[in-house]
Amino acid sequence: MTEALERAVVPPVSDADPFAHEVLLDPEPLHRALREAGPVVYLSRYDVHALARYEQVHAALVDWQRFESGSGVGLANFRHEKPWRPPSLLLEADPPRHDAPRRVLREILAPPALVRLRTAWAGVAEELVDQVLAEGTEFDAFAALAQAFPLRAFPDAVGLGPDGREHLLPYGNMAFNAFGPRNDLVAADAHRVAELSAWVNAQCAREALSEDGFGARIWAAADRGDLTYEQAPLVVRSLLTAGVDTTVHGLAACLYAFATHPGEWQRLRQRPESARSAFDEAVRWQSPVQTFFRTATTDVTLAGTVVPAGTKILMFLGAANRDPDRWHEPDRFDLTRDPSGHVGFGMGVHQCIGQHVARLEAEALLTALARRVERIELAGTPHRHPNNTLRSWASLPVRVHGA
Amino acid sequence: MVVTSAVADAGPGVGPGLMVSAKEHVAEGVVSLTLTHPGGARLPDWTPGSHIDLVLPWGSPRSSAAESGGGTTRQYSLCGDRWDAHTYRIAVLREAAGRGGSAQVHDRLRPGDRVGVGGPRNHFPLVPSEKYLFIAGGIGITPLLPMVRQAELLGADWQLLYGGRTRASMAFREELTAAYGERVHVVPQDELGLLDLVAWLGTPRSDTKVYCCGPAPLLAAVEAVCADWPPYALRTERFTAAAQSAPVREEPFEVELRRTGRTVTVTQEMSVLEAVRRAGADVLSSCEQGTCGTCLTPVLEGRPDHRDSVLSDHERAANDCMFLCVSRSCGDRLVLDL
Repeated sequence: MTEALERAVVPPVSDADPFAHEVLLDPEPLHRALREAGPVVYLSRYDVHALARYEQVHAALVDWQRFESGSGVGLANFRHEKPWRPPSLLLEADPPRHDAPRRVLREILAPPALVRLRTAWAGVAEELVDQVLAEGTEFDAFAALAQAFPLRAFPDAVGLGPDGREHLLPYGNMAFNAFGPRNDLVAADAHRVAELSAWVNAQCAREALSEDGFGARIWAAADRGDLTYEQAPLVVRSLLTAGVDTTVHGLAACLYAFATHPGEWQRLRQRPESARSAFDEAVRWQSPVQTFFRTATTDVTLAGTVVPAGTKILMFLGAANRDPDRWHEPDRFDLTRDPSGHVGFGMGVHQCIGQHVARLEAEALLTALARRVERIELAGTPHRHPNNTLRSWASLPVRVHGA
Repeated sequence: MVVTSAVADAGPGVGPGLMVSAKEHVAEGVVSLTLTHPGGARLPDWTPGSHIDLVLPWGSPRSSAAESGGGTTRQYSLCGDRWDAHTYRIAVLREAAGRGGSAQVHDRLRPGDRVGVGGPRNHFPLVPSEKYLFIAGGIGITPLLPMVRQAELLGADWQLLYGGRTRASMAFREELTAAYGERVHVVPQDELGLLDLVAWLGTPRSDTKVYCCGPAPLLAAVEAVCADWPPYALRTERFTAAAQSAPVREEPFEVELRRTGRTVTVTQEMSVLEAVRRAGADVLSSCEQGTCGTCLTPVLEGRPDHRDSVLSDHERAANDCMFLCVSRSCGDRLVLDL
């Protein structure tokens, strides 16, 4: 113990605020500074250790034994603070309680189980793209495509009823803000917490869900005893919280990438079968989910720095995904790159369980677009929307030229 | 002998295979093996009830022709501690009437040897319950060992009924009784006779899940006594020889990329994923341990040697998709939709 302390490294200290508006809107300068400062940086403003290099972020993500999620994956430490809602059984849980919900949802969202959605979503995407193009060649690709497509495809797949779906995006925005500090972004949502939560919770009930969607399959798992009936609605809630905004901003990142990299769009058009890889490269390049926290279960030494038991670490997924020690020319959106191993979906036992669903949505939309659009370019300045966790968008004005 | 290094290299998901770092006698006819990564890396995560494919470096004298070309593959439940991410532990009973795999573990395998490992996979997961009754027969204690620890952690009300031929033949008996006291009921047959299943299971209960692992007659008896229990209350694990003795091929095989129009040879030093990437195919991967599902690819022809942790038996038998990062080929040729 004494010896370990003597050799312990005092990490560089930063008083930067990763949740300040200007940083959320343009996080790369801070990411660069944190990566360069060291493998572990102490953020004095929030009393947390931060990781911005790929090696440490990856190591912390896979190490569920020493970096737990059950104390919350935001700044709030559930050991001392009451969570704003009943914690997620997936995101905010650890083995062994995490095992059963994870297993059930993994089987429901595994690639073999998604086969029949592929054809259906290809049709939804073609119909949407035809509609949008019929209305004109200049439009807001964020609203018209990145938002519209997942909202048509995903709630149907879950089995939601037709009413109230407009609550999904504000709920997600609120939930992802809640992982940050209680800043103005959280305050701005405060008046809607009760209303949005009530709607989402009501959708998780068995009778609110169609008989053939992901939601019904979660309840069927409870019938088999693979989950308890108390767990089933919370697992449905995970789909509704984590499955919409993330995909919306991931698709927007993809469309933004192509609108600003015409050569890459041509590459995609020549090889539409690379759409899934292209989506992952966009996820690496933009990292729609920017950050998550963990809590040390014991004193953990990371690159010489001791992270004390019970304290939080902040993992910058976006910074890791552009670490020059891991990626060649990391700031380039490059379809010839192999993005495998990026941490945009996390890594380890909490790795995004819906990633195959997201890729399928991206594949459907990009394939439909590539068939009809020869060129896509910005038609104005795109605007970001600040969120404590998500790299989100407000608008993405584009002009397209038909094929 | 010559296949030793070849099979070790073919260890899927964990690079150059795992090393036997310890071998201990734990009961009459039972040895436990501790496996670690030779480079000290974390091993793929697992949950109680999981098993691994253990690929021994020697061919099997009493096995099918399909197996004889490579090593001997057997399934063993993980019985160690999942909070230790760097080791796997299994326990192996010498099966006098077996096909030779367990005898190799007992007689030939030594600390420092390399073995191939597939999985882990879990077909026997611990589902949530207020109460559990665990029933082990002999070496069937192995998957239940991490389960009782987990049940204890979860604060569940549980009992373990553990039968065996003789006290001396019952592995982990002492550590179980020392750790859990009266929850553990040890029933050596030579002293106390067969397990009194009717007394334990005669009255169906809706708040209890029954987990049973052991020899076929025990499973059959438990199933019979539990006939009136609610559906899904009883969960059993049986190791049948036919289950998944994955042939391990040391010869190279060809993979045709149907859409790309190329064919590539996969040698034992490389994964299918590496080979098809060299041939210019765009294949996305993530964990490269057969656990995340990212590189799942449709198979058009041929029979994959499935070595992942995800696909169910049903999905594996369909042979219409495979994990390129860890799975290989049973035959000379695979055709992929790439």
